[in-house]
Amino acid sequence: MKYMIMIHGNRQLWESFSPEEFAKVVEAHDAFNREIRESGEYVSGAGLAFEDEAKTVRVQDGTTIVTDGPYLEAKEYLGSYTVIDVESLDRAVELAAKLPSATMNGIIVWPLMEETGQEM
Amino acid sequence: MSIPTPSPAIEDLLRQLAPQVISIMTRRHGQFDAAEDAVQEALLAATRQWPDEGIPENPRGWLITVAERRLADFWRSEQARRRRETTVTILDPEAESMSPDPGDDRPQDRDDTLTLLFLCCHPALTPASQIALTLRAVGGLTTGEIARAFFVPESTMGQRISRAKQRIRATDATFSMPPAAERPERLKTVLHVLYLIFNEGYTTTSGPDLLQTGLTSEAIRLTRLLHQLLPDHGEITGLLALMLLTDARRPARTGPDGSLIPLAEQDRTLWRHDLIEEGVALIEHALTNAALGPYQLQAAIAAIHDEAPAADQTDWPQIVALYRLHDAIAPNPMATLNHAVAVAMVNGPQAGLVMLQGIEQDDRLREHHRLESVRAHLLEMAGETTAARETYLLAARHTTSLPEQRYLLKRANQLR
Repeated sequence: MKYMIMIHGNRQLWESFSPEEFAKVVEAHDAFNREIRESGEYVSGAGLAFEDEAKTVRVQDGTTIVTDGPYLEAKEYLGSYTVIDVESLDRAVELAAKLPSATMNGIIVWPLMEETGQEM
Repeated sequence: MSIPTPSPAIEDLLRQLAPQVISIMTRRHGQFDAAEDAVQEALLAATRQWPDEGIPENPRGWLITVAERRLADFWRSEQARRRRETTVTILDPEAESMSPDPGDDRPQDRDDTLTLLFLCCHPALTPASQIALTLRAVGGLTTGEIARAFFVPESTMGQRISRAKQRIRATDATFSMPPAAERPERLKTVLHVLYLIFNEGYTTTSGPDLLQTGLTSEAIRLTRLLHQLLPDHGEITGLLALMLLTDARRPARTGPDGSLIPLAEQDRTLWRHDLIEEGVALIEHALTNAALGPYQLQAAIAAIHDEAPAADQTDWPQIVALYRLHDAIAPNPMATLNHAVAVAMVNGPQAGLVMLQGIEQDDRLREHHRLESVRAHLLEMAGETTAARETYLLAARHTTSLPEQRYLLKRANQLR
C-alpha cells in the first residue's frame, strides 16, 4: 500500500524554532529519511517552498488568472510530503509517529489510490 | 548509453539459467546474498555481450565463470573473516562434489530451483520482499524491471532486495530443502507469493501494458516450472490452472479506456480459448488425482465461468456446490462474498443478502468496500434501487482502487 505522509504547518510555527530545536527537527527528519530508504519503503517526497511562492491558477471565461498564495484563508499549509510503500496502515502510522511534527500539530497519513482493480 | 537489446531467445535462456547458476554458486560458497549479487552482474554482462558476440557454447559455464570472478572481486574487498569462511566451504569435499563441471546437465537443478524458491519465500520476510526476491533470483528479472512493475524507484527496490537477503542471512537459513515437516507450510507460502505476483499483474489496469503482461506471464512461467518439478501436487496444478483460466479473460476485462468490465458483460469471443483448454485439462486432472485444496476449487469455479457460452448459461448451482466445499476446507470471508453472489444467482438476491449478514462482523471485512460492493449488487438485483445506490456510493468511498471506484460510481449513477 502506498501512503502520502503530509506535514502541515505555517510560517508562525516554522519560524518559531530556536536554532537547537531546528537542528533537532532536521536531525529527526534525516533519520526518518534514512530509515525509509534503507528499508526499501521510500517512493518519493519533497519539501514545499513557503506559501509566498505558491500561485493559484483559475480560468474564467477563457482567461487564465494567477493569484499569489495557495487556496484562500487557509491557516495551515502543506509543508512537505513523503510517499511511502509499506506493508500496512499500522506501519505507515508507526513511521509517521517518528516525525517531530507528530508531537506538534499532527501528521496526516493518506492512502494513495491504486491503479489496480478487480472486476466485480 | 547504448546497450544492445538482447533477443527474446537470449532473454529466455538467461532467465532459465538464472536460478540454476544462483543455486550452484550458493551451494559452492554458502552465501546466498553475495552469490545472488554476483550472478545478477553476470546476467547483466551476458545481456550486454551476447547480442554482439553470440551465445557462448556453454552458456551456463560462461555465467558461472563471470559470477565467480565477480564474487572473487567482492571478497577481495571484504574482510578476512569472510575469506576464511569461504575457504572452508570451498575445501569441504562434500560441497565440492556437489558442484560438477559447468555445463553438465544436472538432475539436481530441479531440486536447486525448488530450494531457491523456498529460500526466497522465507517466512521471515514480508510478502513484498518475498515477491521482489523471487522475481529477481528465480525469475531472473533485473531490479529495474521489478521496480517499474511495482511503481517504486529502482533504488527502493534494490534496498528492499538487499534487506531481504540480509534478513535471510540473519536467520541462518542454509541452502537446503526445508525439513519435511515444514515443507507443506513453506510450499503454501511459495504458492501465495506466486499468486500475489500474478494478481499484481492481472489487476493493474494502467501503465505500460507490456510491463503488466510481463508480471502475469512471469507468475505463470514460475508456477509452470514448479508444476514440472512437482507434477502430482494438486494445489500447484490448481494454482497454475487458476492463473490460466483467469488470464484467459484478460482481453475482455477492461474497456479501451481502462475501465473494468464485469464478468457478466464481457465479450466472451475475446477470451483466450487456448488458455481455457489448457486450464480445464489441468484442473480436471488434479481434481481426480490429488488431495483437494482451495486453489483447485477456485480454478474449478473459474473453469465453469470460462466454459459458459453466455453469462446467463453459467452453471450457478455447480458453483454454489464448489463454494460450499471451499468454505468447509478453507473458510475465508472473501470467498464467502463470492459464495453469496452465487447463492443469489440460484436462490434469489434475498438469500445472498442473508448470507452477507453472517460475515458482516468479520474483522477482516470491517469497512471493506468489497462487502458493500457485493451488497449493492444484490440490492440492485432485488430492485431496491435507493438502497443499492447508497451502498454503491458507500463502497466507492472506502476503496483505494481507482478503477473500482470509477466502476462503483458509474453503477451508482445509473440508479439515479
